[in-house]
Amino acid sequence: MGILNSKVPSGPLADKWTKHKNEIDLVNPANKRNIDIIVVGTGLAGGSAAATLAELGYNVKTFCYQDSPRRAHSIAAQGGVNAAKNYQGDGDSVYRLFYDTIKGGDYRSREANVYRLAEVSTNIIDQCVAQGVPFAREYGGLLDNRSFGGVLVSRTFYAKGQTGQQLLLGAYAAMNRQIQRGKIKSYTRHEMLDLVLVDGKARGIIARNLVTGEIERHSAHAVVIASGGYGNLFYLSTYCMGANVMAAWRTHKKGAFFANPCYTQIHPTCIPVSGDHQSKLTLMSESLRNDGRIWVPKKLEDAQAIREGRLKPTELAEEDRDYYLERRYPAFGNLVPRDVASRAAKERCDAGFGVNKTGEAVYLDFDSAIMRYGREKAMTSGMKDPDDKTIRELGEKIVEAKYGNLFQMYEKIVDENPYKTPMKIYPAVHYTMGGLWVDYNLQTTIPGCYAAGEANFSDHGANRLGASALMQGLADGYFVLPYTIGDYLSDDIRTGPIPTDSPEFDAAENDVRERIKKLMSGSGIHTVDYYHKKLGKIMWNKCGMSRNAKELEEAMEEIAALRKDFWENVKVPGTPDSKNQELEKAGRVADFLELGELFAKDALHRNESCGGHFREEYQTEEGEALRDDENFKYVAAWEYAGEPKDAKLHKEDLEYENIKVKTRSYK
Amino acid sequence: MKLYLKIWRQKDAKSKGAMVDYTLDGVEEDMSFLEMLDILNEDLIAKGEEPVEFDHDCREGICGTCSLMINGRPHGPDSLITACQLHMRSFNDGDEIVIEPWRAKAFPVIKDLITDRSAFDRIQQAGGYISVNTSGRPVDANAIPIEKEHADDSFNAATCIGCGACVAACKNASAMLFTSAKVSQFALLPQGQVEAAERVQNMVRQMDLEGFGNCTNTGACEVECPKGISLENIARMNREYLSATLKG
Amino acid sequence: MSLIKSSLARKYVMALSGLFLVIFLILHVTINLASVFSPEFFNEASHFMGYNPLVQFLMQPILIAGVIVHFVMGFVLEIQNRKARDVGYVKYNGAANAPWASRNMIYSGLVVLAFLALHFYDFWVHEMTYKYIEANPQDPTRYYAETVEKFAPVWRTVLYAVSFVLLGLHLWHGFASSFQSMGVNNKYTAGFKKFAKIFAVVVPLAFAFIAVYHHLNPITH
Repeated sequence: MGILNSKVPSGPLADKWTKHKNEIDLVNPANKRNIDIIVVGTGLAGGSAAATLAELGYNVKTFCYQDSPRRAHSIAAQGGVNAAKNYQGDGDSVYRLFYDTIKGGDYRSREANVYRLAEVSTNIIDQCVAQGVPFAREYGGLLDNRSFGGVLVSRTFYAKGQTGQQLLLGAYAAMNRQIQRGKIKSYTRHEMLDLVLVDGKARGIIARNLVTGEIERHSAHAVVIASGGYGNLFYLSTYCMGANVMAAWRTHKKGAFFANPCYTQIHPTCIPVSGDHQSKLTLMSESLRNDGRIWVPKKLEDAQAIREGRLKPTELAEEDRDYYLERRYPAFGNLVPRDVASRAAKERCDAGFGVNKTGEAVYLDFDSAIMRYGREKAMTSGMKDPDDKTIRELGEKIVEAKYGNLFQMYEKIVDENPYKTPMKIYPAVHYTMGGLWVDYNLQTTIPGCYAAGEANFSDHGANRLGASALMQGLADGYFVLPYTIGDYLSDDIRTGPIPTDSPEFDAAENDVRERIKKLMSGSGIHTVDYYHKKLGKIMWNKCGMSRNAKELEEAMEEIAALRKDFWENVKVPGTPDSKNQELEKAGRVADFLELGELFAKDALHRNESCGGHFREEYQTEEGEALRDDENFKYVAAWEYAGEPKDAKLHKEDLEYENIKVKTRSYK
Repeated sequence: MKLYLKIWRQKDAKSKGAMVDYTLDGVEEDMSFLEMLDILNEDLIAKGEEPVEFDHDCREGICGTCSLMINGRPHGPDSLITACQLHMRSFNDGDEIVIEPWRAKAFPVIKDLITDRSAFDRIQQAGGYISVNTSGRPVDANAIPIEKEHADDSFNAATCIGCGACVAACKNASAMLFTSAKVSQFALLPQGQVEAAERVQNMVRQMDLEGFGNCTNTGACEVECPKGISLENIARMNREYLSATLKG
Repeated sequence: MSLIKSSLARKYVMALSGLFLVIFLILHVTINLASVFSPEFFNEASHFMGYNPLVQFLMQPILIAGVIVHFVMGFVLEIQNRKARDVGYVKYNGAANAPWASRNMIYSGLVVLAFLALHFYDFWVHEMTYKYIEANPQDPTRYYAETVEKFAPVWRTVLYAVSFVLLGLHLWHGFASSFQSMGVNNKYTAGFKKFAKIFAVVVPLAFAFIAVYHHLNPITH
């Protein structure tokens, strides 16, 4: 376990980051010009890291599989970005954000990293506003905030329901400025297929040009993996279709440890599945829980009647509704953290109270918010005794101003008007807290290979709070990695350009070519999607919102068998030397079929319930998660050792010096 | 429902393409348009044919990747959505659906329905940013209050997803709506004022270099824009450019 | 320099030359209307326009230049715009998102241009011949009769009237959109645009009315 040195600096928590920045080695500006860095992925973390590294003077190459860096899936984040600005004067502070995040993560994240995250969060807002990111503002011209799940303050900055888009376009703009200066070379429609190690250090990648099919070699002095999360393992998720684990998994297979793979976030408010043909799930922002109330019918017969279309939700009397979150968690109500809200929805639906055809949906109801806002508006506009209809109209306008684009999206997909009838929602896979293990400098266990954003395991522990992903991606990319990477690169100022004709590059390219050949030589019985859907079903049913040892063991076996079948019988049409979307998918699914098994293994070994990882065997009498701090207060980092089931466990013990580890309660 | 599809097939950028007819049965109303194409592709692969390649990613209308001309309209018949948000309930049993890639000289076809929209990236690179370093110490975010109206207008311009529907819809394949949205976003903010003149000139120059057509104010772009970006942005850019050029 | 080369500059040129022609139309329609209400005033005004050196040697060349700039630039734009979409759509539903007038400016413009040729032949060539080639003496009372005479044939009256409809369509899009091209966007914009639409209906209608009126009311000797 000696390998897992998290390199957290000594000293008081609040001074660690400043002290560390003062003590690490730097590269002087003239030498930065001689150093190349590869950044894989151009979302919030990759984009912001690339731009900042280029600003500092490094030569950066970015890679993304999309046709433009602007399309990375960070763009789909709706709700907002947290920052401890305390503009609302509601008692927020760096410490409180740090505390909320640790608690929200169910005491499974690294204290020093989270504190640093909270500390730089305020810089993010300053930086983004300077870049021209149009955050929502109040009438006075100052920045507006809203509230998200799991916290008691308003610290979320937002741009309507498109915060991720605006932040990503900010990072993309910063990248564009550096591309124009010649400091970033952007490779779009390129996919990293392998990491190249020279003398044990990350020195480059093998990438495939997705348009021509060419296999390319790219060298650098350091490689940053910012390729996002692996939720597409579940087939159906709120991820984009192309999201994959390839870069991270290839890195893992080259020696980087993979931490906490089983920590998955299942987001409570997504549009329910409508049929077998479904390719993706759509999220409804958590911000909706500010005003929406979640409920199911109190009586089973009402739920049945609703499912069969005999009863409309609006016809159900108030006393026949079960606002189960408000009932179970009076302190936080509808704004409990995501893992809690998701599990509660599953519990109700499993008990037979689900409200759509398949019984896998609950209501998110805006009726009381509409009426409340409507009355408020009527009062402030001096109306005397307005009737219900007027109040409703006024209220609908206000709700539209707040959530209009989300409501419109819902209506387009479901074909129901959410102003008139409650939305139907159900949890869906949304984010993965696990990822490549990194130290305080964001370096993986491979020297010179870094991981940022969702691709690392970092800051969210076993559950991520809303509006924290954007914060972490940008913190890593703008404010952490560009500085910590200098500590490593300071040894490379005399190295000179890394040649790509070394035996190591030859071998890596050869492996990649062999793999493609193998993928295309399957017997051709089933399509890639067939396997992906099967894998998704296993994951969702046996490694999903609640897990147990028996099913996890089954899952491991089933995934291994499916993987074998895949390699023998998959059908990939077309040729490798041209645009070939099926081949792209095949490579990604092949990796998921390995990761899935490790995921189940990790979930199986963690004999406790924490955050997004809920083991049925470990729960309180009331059905709440039961953590085991004595035995599992550690990061599980897996070392690749051939088959996923043989992966070797390394532990990083989590120490909490500044926070008291408590049972998480939102009651 | 049963559909008669006419789809543009083109092997690669150099090959000549053609429309190919497909009949697809068993399409359900609550499928999205792209899910309908997924089913077609599964069928084609099963039959040993090459699937139809089309660009798509987020499938929730925000990444701007999907780009299909459906029955002569970008993103299909519905308004304020992208093709991935279009659902089959907008069609009827027995319908013929013509599916083509965006057509513009500046957006060459890569394969089938996929086009190369990197021209948009280059327009952004020419000036679609505010020159501020991360490494610098910016002022506190609340130090510059911005009038809500300007902030909202700026946001509305910034919601452009760069899908290219404006170019595809325009009879002249003009990229004015796209370019003006970014120019407007920054022109409306105090942070963006400093470089405003240079920005608009550089971005327009790049836009022209890419071979997009001229704007003739037909307004088709605004109607087809999935994010409802307003023509006012084009007027604003015309004004910004004029004053930038007159000032020298 | 960039102002001349850029696509935006071409818009400005189209808009400004178009606006200039609109101003000319106002003058033209005013004088022409006089032919219906007051032949004497019409004769006086026409004579003034025909023999005032400022009008003849400054304003008239500028006007001709304006027309030439407008249509040459129109052709340049059309050619460039066609090049910008080198491979066309198999199915293109332009009517779904833009009005006919805005999509067919080149055609309405061509009709107006053809009309201008006829119109030049009818009046300008006639004037030039009368004044400079045949060198006839000045006759300040001839204009009214000559004008009414022109509209005696049905074919010419119909051609004129049809051309005015196309002129109306051209103005319907062109006049309002010139504000957009020049970047006018303030609280008056909506008003401007409304005015432009009314103008696009009223002015061509007035022209057509004059032609038809004279056709129906020939001078009886």
